[in-house]
Amino acid sequence: MSKMTEQGGMLIGQPDGAPGTGNGTVDALRRGFGVLGRQRETTILIVTVALLLYFGLTNSSTFFSRANFIILLSEFMAPIAIIGIGEVLLLICGEIDLSVGFIYTFSPFMMFYLNVYYGVPALLAIIITLVFGLVCGWVNGFITITLRVPSFITTLGTGFILAGMSLYFSHAEPKAIPPATAGFGKWIGTQPWSQFIWAVVLVAIFHVVLTRTRWGLHTIATGGNQLGAREAGINVARIKYGNFMITGLLGALVGLQNAFYTNTIDPLAGQYQPMFYSVTAAVIGGTAMLGGSGTILGAFLGAVALATLSDGFDITGISANSLDIVFGGAILIAMIANVQLTRLRERGKTR
Amino acid sequence: MTSQATEPGGDTLRAEHIVKRFGAVTALEDVNLRLGRGEVLGLLGDNGAGKSTLLKILCGFQQQDAGRLVINGEEVRLRSVDHARSLGIDAVYQDLALINQLSVYHNMFLNRERVRGTLLSNRSMRDTARQHLDEMGINIRSVDVPVASLSGGQRQAIAIARAVYSDAKILLLDEPLAAMGAKEVAIILDLLQDLKRRGGISIIIIAHNYGQALEICDRINLLQHGEITLDKLSKDTSVTELNDIVVAEYRRAMEERQRSA
Repeated sequence: MSKMTEQGGMLIGQPDGAPGTGNGTVDALRRGFGVLGRQRETTILIVTVALLLYFGLTNSSTFFSRANFIILLSEFMAPIAIIGIGEVLLLICGEIDLSVGFIYTFSPFMMFYLNVYYGVPALLAIIITLVFGLVCGWVNGFITITLRVPSFITTLGTGFILAGMSLYFSHAEPKAIPPATAGFGKWIGTQPWSQFIWAVVLVAIFHVVLTRTRWGLHTIATGGNQLGAREAGINVARIKYGNFMITGLLGALVGLQNAFYTNTIDPLAGQYQPMFYSVTAAVIGGTAMLGGSGTILGAFLGAVALATLSDGFDITGISANSLDIVFGGAILIAMIANVQLTRLRERGKTR
Repeated sequence: MTSQATEPGGDTLRAEHIVKRFGAVTALEDVNLRLGRGEVLGLLGDNGAGKSTLLKILCGFQQQDAGRLVINGEEVRLRSVDHARSLGIDAVYQDLALINQLSVYHNMFLNRERVRGTLLSNRSMRDTARQHLDEMGINIRSVDVPVASLSGGQRQAIAIARAVYSDAKILLLDEPLAAMGAKEVAIILDLLQDLKRRGGISIIIIAHNYGQALEICDRINLLQHGEITLDKLSKDTSVTELNDIVVAEYRRAMEERQRSA
């Protein structure tokens, strides 16, 4: 229990500040800081702004350009943020999905084969591909919940199968985007800002789902106290199945987006990286690995921070070989800062 | 086993020949229990006697392996907690079933949330939660704080408030006074007396403290090794009698063990 408290007590819906009793101005100030301090996204917001400022000030001409912001926000940030939504929901209810990056890899191939080999109309092929993402999520849910395999292992297995399927069916060769699908592709990912817009809209929708709906509340209840949630009559299995399916759907969507954006279907796209980045974004954004608490807004900011690091290193010209070292260090520093600041904040609140 | 108690309003709940096994362990051997309308029944028994298991069957959380439940004259097979709730049965579990990360008011409305369209009506839930706690005389600084920050007694009070205000007709309480201080015990005892006076609600209370049980309950059932071994009105029994039965049972079990050793 104390562990959970340390992770930060989260309230659905923002509570009003505690009514003040004494001096008005001091109270108002305290309340102002209180609201800021109570938002668990505050730390990651500060880190993100600091990173943006750092790379912005050191390379202002390149960094503050339209072309760079398209790369940063659409190419780097959006996939992490969108998959991050699913990972936040799963982490909150006590699960994880390692396979989502491979759903990402396989989904454009699915669209390709449906359209080119089986003559399925473009729009229908896209819809079936998205449904395939849902089915992948359902399978992950079935193995994890009904067959009781830990989700870490389940999704490791399904991930490998999907990776293998992508290589096997494509003979490890990239495919071109089917011309018939290009029209819909504009809406999905071809336009420079389409991925970014998708990310913002989806983050907004799922932020509301998590904080303002029964689904969100029951997701937190499931991860916070699974037995208690069941005793209260919450269908824990349904919540978990649902969140696996949401994650699968988002994985398939991001896979299509990336294919349209890069204008090729690559058997090596996706894979581990978007999954690792999105879990990282969720965690540095304040989602507890133990379940029971987390925010989608935090994961979004985490995604912006990670994207800024990737993009900033590219601009600064740090060699690709050493990038991961710096990246890992940056993740650890961000994490340590986040955990320690959360602890300080909690201490301040309980005093 | 015939009941010695009179039944003014008829039975609201009857459990007949209930059996429950967990693997090789038989938790409930053959339980027969009835709850009169408006009655407060105390369920006593040693640790591991099967009290909590019985309660979890009565509230739909677990299903019995054999035997039947009759609720308001109709035989029902409880499929789930929600199903039992739709029949007016609600429970306070021993572990309280509270979610630490959620606020007091979200816990009080857990799985019964008020919504407008698809969105939660937080303001309405918050106000009602505050009002209910005030009515009960439970002192909690704010209903916005996560329940993790509350004391054991406060948490228990919230779990009880949640069940009491659910409009349940049959209330099942598993050790409702366990973690409470003297003042909180008094508040809950008053609340139970008040519910009893108002009528329309029947209650089963699992208790460890025989004195408290005799004070609030109309009738006492003693559950030992998966069977009801005593069924008496509170006024016809005493702490001494109940103690003697339990101690005798303990001695018998010890002797048996020594013989077999």
